Amino acid sequence: MKISREEVEHVARLARLALQPEELEAMTGQMDAILGYVDKLNELDTEGIEPTAHAVPMENAFRADEVKPSIGIERAQQNAPATDGSCFKVPKVIE
Amino acid sequence: MQLNDLTISQLREKLASGETTSVELTKAFLARIAATNDKVNSFITVCEAEALAAAAEADQRIAAGNAAPMTGIPLAVKDIFNTLDVRTTCGSKILDNYVSPYDATAIAKLREQGAVIIGKLNMDEFAMGSSNENSAAGPVKNPWDLERVPGGSSGGSAAAIAAGQALATLGTDTGGSIRQPASHCGVVGLKPTYGRVSRYGVIAYASSLDQVGPLARNVEDCATLLGAVAGYDPMDSTSVDTPVPDYLATLKDGVKGKKIGLPKEYFIDGLDADVKKAVDAAIATYKGLGAEIVEVSLPHTDYAVACYYLIATAEASSNLARYDGVRYGVRKDEGEGLIGMYSQTRAAGFGDEVKRRIMLGTYALSSGYYDAYYLKAQKVRTLIRQDFLDAFEKVDLLLTPVAPTPAFKIGEKTDDPLQMYLSDIFTIPLNLAGLCGISLPCGNSSEGLPIGLQLLGKPFAEAEILQAAWAFENTTDFGGKLASL
Repeated sequence: MKISREEVEHVARLARLALQPEELEAMTGQMDAILGYVDKLNELDTEGIEPTAHAVPMENAFRADEVKPSIGIERAQQNAPATDGSCFKVPKVIE
Repeated sequence: MQLNDLTISQLREKLASGETTSVELTKAFLARIAATNDKVNSFITVCEAEALAAAAEADQRIAAGNAAPMTGIPLAVKDIFNTLDVRTTCGSKILDNYVSPYDATAIAKLREQGAVIIGKLNMDEFAMGSSNENSAAGPVKNPWDLERVPGGSSGGSAAAIAAGQALATLGTDTGGSIRQPASHCGVVGLKPTYGRVSRYGVIAYASSLDQVGPLARNVEDCATLLGAVAGYDPMDSTSVDTPVPDYLATLKDGVKGKKIGLPKEYFIDGLDADVKKAVDAAIATYKGLGAEIVEVSLPHTDYAVACYYLIATAEASSNLARYDGVRYGVRKDEGEGLIGMYSQTRAAGFGDEVKRRIMLGTYALSSGYYDAYYLKAQKVRTLIRQDFLDAFEKVDLLLTPVAPTPAFKIGEKTDDPLQMYLSDIFTIPLNLAGLCGISLPCGNSSEGLPIGLQLLGKPFAEAEILQAAWAFENTTDFGGKLASL
């Protein structure tokens, strides 16, 4: 086994996914199969090879720090599940 | 006259001469959508009122004599593009109620040109899929055989063209999501070089691989639409500031003397016999057109799918962290605190494939596994990219099949995610390398299903692959057909 059910539960917590027991079961088998497949990368010797994060070689993209019009509170909040008119409302964080 | 049986260039002439109007055209496409969408399910949202208003405006612009290439042309776009004041779901339940507060740059460019956006097209949820079966709006059906998939993730973008519901569409391609559905639906689809088209306002899946591109009934329309959306955008710092050539200017220059490479790793035993026959015939056609055919090798091809499913899922797990039920989307809160709300919202809002990819990506990036999976995959990506750059030292372009088989049956691969992933073996390497590729029709299977040919080019060589595609299209008679439904 490449991955255990306990590890899958741990990853689900990290990913903030409240998976049902049957989903965890199915996920364990599928992730195990996929991780088994991707293991083939270990056939390749990559000692000394630079990793590619980006296909197009890029420098930092600098721009001037200028004030420009932005989307505005009303537009930014038009899809929010809950607001108080200026802030996004979420369940209480600190008791 | 059947308006939806024409191409952009033909319609532009008819609009200019006053033979038809944009309003008339737009109505013809809306009627075709109304008559056929129940069967194909290619549209998630039809923008009837907005489209007719834009068409009326386009007609005034044409009458005033200042039309741009896209003025008055009805187009449809994948539901991954933010489109001002229009519902944008990305094929997901979690964005079921999301209405875009702004336009993606590609959409803004089309609007500036006076194009008419008639609707938002179905897709695999968050562009994750190869069959368009992973959509909250239900699967798209292949117009050539309604029991088969149209390919994915831009399944709606390809099916709508084959069904005569749109002249041309925009899709996105992260691992083949434009080219594979174009192939399965018998249309032309182009994945530009990474950075050629702005990704601003395009809902992100895997940011180092995602690229916007056109799908159309023929190569010329594909070139026109690419020209309309390509270019540097200050809002996307990964877009590249290099001039956009006039793709139409060199379109008809032919392939005489060009060196076309056949990567031997793409002509494998598992290749469907009909696909092989069609691609072999295409090779012969190019020889006849004066191209020189050379065998080349891309030795790390066999590792591309594994490499992709680590890099793409890692990037997805990070990109999709934003769907937390706070700023937009459908919230689910059962009173178990903030983290409980996040976890319930995401569990309820995401479909199975999206959850699977978030899980894989989270695992690949997690403490203790990062080096073994994510970093390893990034190193293999370097080898895959180098394969292409080495091959392009010897040849001008590469010719390959698009997919190992024609469109498969709906439900055929849904129980086996790994088999589904392997249907992208010929399209994924290009995204890892960040290069451009085009898929165009090159034949039909014994069951009458379209088969596609893929041409791959050097960085920013879109003009060259369009030219080679046009030469083939205009020597043969495979493309440009509409399914009767």
